[in-house]
Amino acid sequence: MTETANSTVSAKPLDANAARRAAEGRHADDSKFRRYLRDNRPAIGSLLVFVVMLAIFFVGNTAVFSQWSIYRAVLQGLPVVLFVVVPLVFVVTVGEIDLSFPATMGMSGWVFSLVVQAGYDPFIGILAAAVTGVVLGACVGGLVVYANLSSLIATLGMNFMLRGVILIKTQGLSMALPDLPDTTTYQIFSGDLYGVPVQFLWAILFVIVCSVLYNRHRFGARVHVVGDNPDAAQQMGINIKTVRMQTYIFVGLGAAFAGVFAVLINFTWYPTAGDGYLLPALASVFVGGTAPWGGVGTIVGSAIGSLTVAFIQTGVVGVGLSGFYVQFFYGLIIILSLLGHRWNQIRYR
Amino acid sequence: MAERIIELKDVKKSYGQVYALGGVDLHVDKGEVVGLVGDNGAGKSTLIKILAGAVRPTSGQILVRGQPVTNWNAARSREAGIETVFQDRALAVQQTITRNIFMGRELTGPGGFLRVAEQEREAGKLMREIGFTSKVFSPNSIVGQLSGGERQGVAIARAIYNQSDLIILDEPTTALSLTETAKVFHFVRQARAAGRAVLFIGHNIHHVYDIAERFVVLDRGRAVLNATKAELGSAEALIKFMEDIARPAEEAGRELFAEAP
Repeated sequence: MTETANSTVSAKPLDANAARRAAEGRHADDSKFRRYLRDNRPAIGSLLVFVVMLAIFFVGNTAVFSQWSIYRAVLQGLPVVLFVVVPLVFVVTVGEIDLSFPATMGMSGWVFSLVVQAGYDPFIGILAAAVTGVVLGACVGGLVVYANLSSLIATLGMNFMLRGVILIKTQGLSMALPDLPDTTTYQIFSGDLYGVPVQFLWAILFVIVCSVLYNRHRFGARVHVVGDNPDAAQQMGINIKTVRMQTYIFVGLGAAFAGVFAVLINFTWYPTAGDGYLLPALASVFVGGTAPWGGVGTIVGSAIGSLTVAFIQTGVVGVGLSGFYVQFFYGLIIILSLLGHRWNQIRYR
Repeated sequence: MAERIIELKDVKKSYGQVYALGGVDLHVDKGEVVGLVGDNGAGKSTLIKILAGAVRPTSGQILVRGQPVTNWNAARSREAGIETVFQDRALAVQQTITRNIFMGRELTGPGGFLRVAEQEREAGKLMREIGFTSKVFSPNSIVGQLSGGERQGVAIARAIYNQSDLIILDEPTTALSLTETAKVFHFVRQARAAGRAVLFIGHNIHHVYDIAERFVVLDRGRAVLNATKAELGSAEALIKFMEDIARPAEEAGRELFAEAP
C-alpha cells in the first residue's frame, strides 16, 4: 500500500518516469493498475499464502491432491464459514468484534429445523431463520451500541447465554430431518451442479454482493469511516450508532444463513451447531488481511482466508500426517499470514 | 440588513456542575467574516460544536434564517448550509481524499450505490478550486500520507462542497507553514467574495484581525465583546481588550465599565 505511494511522495528528479508523470499532472494513485494493487494487496497476499500452501500439499501427496473429491469436500463445508466471515469483516472494519455468531447459527438452525419439522416448506424455514438472525443480531448489537458494553465481552456473554438457552430447551437432543433432501428448496440451496456443491455457488454470489456493498455502496463507505474515525464520522452527520447496529444485524443475518446451510448439509440439527466455527471464522478474517484496528479490510481477501483455514485440516490429513498436526498448522498459517500482512497494513494516524 | 444565517440566543451548556457556556448570544450574517477569539477554556470549542450540531445546548435557542430549530444535530447543521472545519480536521486518515470529502454525504445512484467516478472527478475539481493542488497527490491518495497543510486542504474542500452558506474554521492556521497559512487566508477571501459567511476562530489575534471584519470575544462562557473592525481601530486595541479581561475579575470589571461605549 505504502511502498508504491511513498516512492512518488519522495519522487526525485532522477526518476525519469516520476518526472514525466508529474509534468503531465498525473499521479501514480490515478493509475488503475497501481490502485488495484494498492487496494487489493492484502487479498493478493492471502491468495499467495493459499497457493503456496496448496503447492506444498500437492508436492507432499500428489496422488491424493489430484482428486476432485478432496476439493469437493472442502467446498461443501466452506459456504457455512463464508456466510459468517464476510459479515464479520464489516463488524471488524467498523471497529468492533462479534463473538456471538456461533450461538446465532445454532439458534437460527434450530428455528429452521422446527419449522421444517412442523411440516412447512423449508423456504419458510429459511425466512424464519433469517428473522431470528436479525433479531438476535439486533439484541447483541443493542448491548454493544446502546448499552455501551465492551463488544468483546458482551458478545462473548451473549454467545454463552444463547447457547445455554438452546441446551436447556432441547436437553441436548439433536433433531434429524430425513425428508429434507426431497424438497425443491434443498435442491436449490444444497444440491449438486456438475460436481460442484450448489451452496458453494450461493456463497460465491454472497461474497461478490458483499464485496460490492463494502467497496461501492454508501453502507460500506460509512462502515469504513466510522471504523476509521468515529468522532469525525459523527461530526459529519453520520449516525454512528445506526451504522454499528447495521453491522451487527448483518452478522446475525449471515450467521442465520450459515446455520441453515449447516443443517442442509447434514440433514440434522445439533444443539452444538456453530460452536466449532468461532475460532476458525475469526482467524479467517485476519488471515485474509483485514486489519484488527478498524477502518480497512478486504472481503475477497477474507474469503480466501476462509479457504486457506478450511483447507488446513483436509490438507494436513491428506498429506499423511496425523490429526495431531492440524492445530500446529492452524497456528503456523495464522502467524505467517499476519507477519506477511505487516507489510501491507501500515496504520496511518 | 443582510440575511441572518444563524443566531444563538442565550445559549447555555453545562457539563455536570460546570458551565462551559453561560448564556451566549451570537449571530452570523450572509457574506461576513466574523472572528471569534478567547482564551483557552473560554468556551470557543463548545460554541463551535453547538453550531456544528455535534453538541446540544443545555438551554437557549438556535435560529436558522430566523426560524427556530428543533432536534439540532450534525446532519441538520449541514443541511442548513453550515460546514465546519474542526480543529482536529475530522478526517478518516486511512481512507482516500475522495471518501473523506464525501463523508456523510456520498453521491449515490439508485439503491445507494456510490457514483465512484463522479465522486473522484468532483473531489479533484474541489482540490484544484481551493488551490491545494499538488503533483504529489490525487483524489485517490490516502489522507494519512498527506502533510498537515494538505490535510487541512481536504477538510476545507469538504466544507466548500455543496455551496454552503457559512463555513466555520476552528483554528485553521495552527501548525501550518507560512505558505499554507496564506492559502487558508486566500480561501477565506475567496469564500467571502462568493457571498459566503465565515466564522474564523484563532489564537493569533493578528491573523484574526487581518481576515475578519467583526469580532466576538468569549470569556469564561460569555460573549464579552461584539465589535466591528471600525469600532476597534487596530489589532492592538483587540489585544489590549483581551489582556484586560484576563486580569483578575474586579480589576478588569472596573476598566470595562470605564471603557464601555
